Amino acid sequence: MSIRHGLLALLDQGPRYGYQLRIEFEARTGATWPLNVGQVYTTLGRLERDGLVAPHGEDEEGHLFYAVTDAGRAELRSWFETPVPRNSPPRDELAIKLAMAVTVPGVDVAAVVQSQRRHSMKALQDYTRLKGQALNGDTGRQDDLAWLLVLEQLIFQTEAEIRWLDHCETRLATYRPGSPSSEPAPSAERRSAGPKRRSQL
Amino acid sequence: MSTTQSAGVQPDAGERTPVLHLADITRVHGQGAAEVQALRGIDLRVYPGELVAVMGPSGSGKSTLLTLAGGLDTPSSGEVLVEGVVLGGLSRKRLAQVRRRSIGYVFQDYNLIPALTAAENIALPRELDGVSSRSARREALVALEELGIAELADRFPDDMSGGQQQRVAIARALIGDRRLVLADEPTGALDSTTGEAVLAVLRARCDAGAAGVMVTHEARHAAWADRVIFLRDGRMVDETVSQDAASLLVTSATNSAKGTE
Repeated sequence: MSIRHGLLALLDQGPRYGYQLRIEFEARTGATWPLNVGQVYTTLGRLERDGLVAPHGEDEEGHLFYAVTDAGRAELRSWFETPVPRNSPPRDELAIKLAMAVTVPGVDVAAVVQSQRRHSMKALQDYTRLKGQALNGDTGRQDDLAWLLVLEQLIFQTEAEIRWLDHCETRLATYRPGSPSSEPAPSAERRSAGPKRRSQL
Repeated sequence: MSTTQSAGVQPDAGERTPVLHLADITRVHGQGAAEVQALRGIDLRVYPGELVAVMGPSGSGKSTLLTLAGGLDTPSSGEVLVEGVVLGGLSRKRLAQVRRRSIGYVFQDYNLIPALTAAENIALPRELDGVSSRSARREALVALEELGIAELADRFPDDMSGGQQQRVAIARALIGDRRLVLADEPTGALDSTTGEAVLAVLRARCDAGAAGVMVTHEARHAAWADRVIFLRDGRMVDETVSQDAASLLVTSATNSAKGTE
């Protein structure tokens, strides 16, 4: 998670102090990735070391302000213009767990899949409930749109996980090592997934 | 959003009457070697204010469950109760009346009458119930408005897109004071934003006191429900209940804090 670029984006809108940055970061992301104020100051220290932000005075209450530098602005632009890399996928605990489960004797893999699906479905229901609140504008947040986008990312991601788990279940039930029928032709698979896909677009 | 009213977590659930009760339902299709057990030992209670989603692979019994709940099919054993009335004990005429007054049903293929306009399709069940055409039309226009398709009132089904027909079918299911709304893939032909708007209408109807059951294969849509049940081979194999909305933010913050390095 790029706290660095998140803070740069907030500072691009004017000088701010550490605690303020934390509050604004969380307002936009609905505290999905909570920051502690220590992380904020550590990151600000590194940004300053790299010449991307600079101290910008103190107010009468002693809040130390930071402002983005030209180099910081350039870094921020380049962040927005560059896609998030997908070629080195982050470790996924669930994928690792299932990969291990199918190789360790005595593990009820179907039960692992089912209990994960139950858990993920519940999370999906919870996110959807929060989304309902965000859509009705009754969260009292100032950054409802940013929060809504983050929530919807969680929703789509969780949905994808559930679809993958459904698929794992079918795969477990039909897989025969070395048998060609265990690997349907990609075109056939795509065809059968057609109607589902379409309704999602 | 209203608080969750789920059979599983409500201590007083036993004292309330479920709007829908499938009491130990079995449904067998065919005979002998061709016999298929579409549903086996399903017991499901849906209370006022509750929206239940039914998921499961093709052939798991989802649609059979819905047609039984809607009084369009009869169980091989067990009873279907709607607002405490056993459907199996009713005359055809009385059953039709219950279907018309208490149950709104959204069919997967819409089932609109081609010779009637959108407003006439929607008003039909009310007129059959003795409501004057003028009042029925007024109600139909309100329902169309609710689904954001007021401009379709005088169009015929053939002149509408699939998504528009689907929304008309939903309006027809919601008209009047139906206590039970059953929907088979209600978002099937809709794009994701329109589908969401339809789910919001269904959700609102349940929050206002109706009971809803929706069959869907999309987890994202099922997630609008208070409870999600999973069928496989005609059996209920799993069920999830969503939690109280107030505790969600705390939980999601706590969970992600644990996941943060």
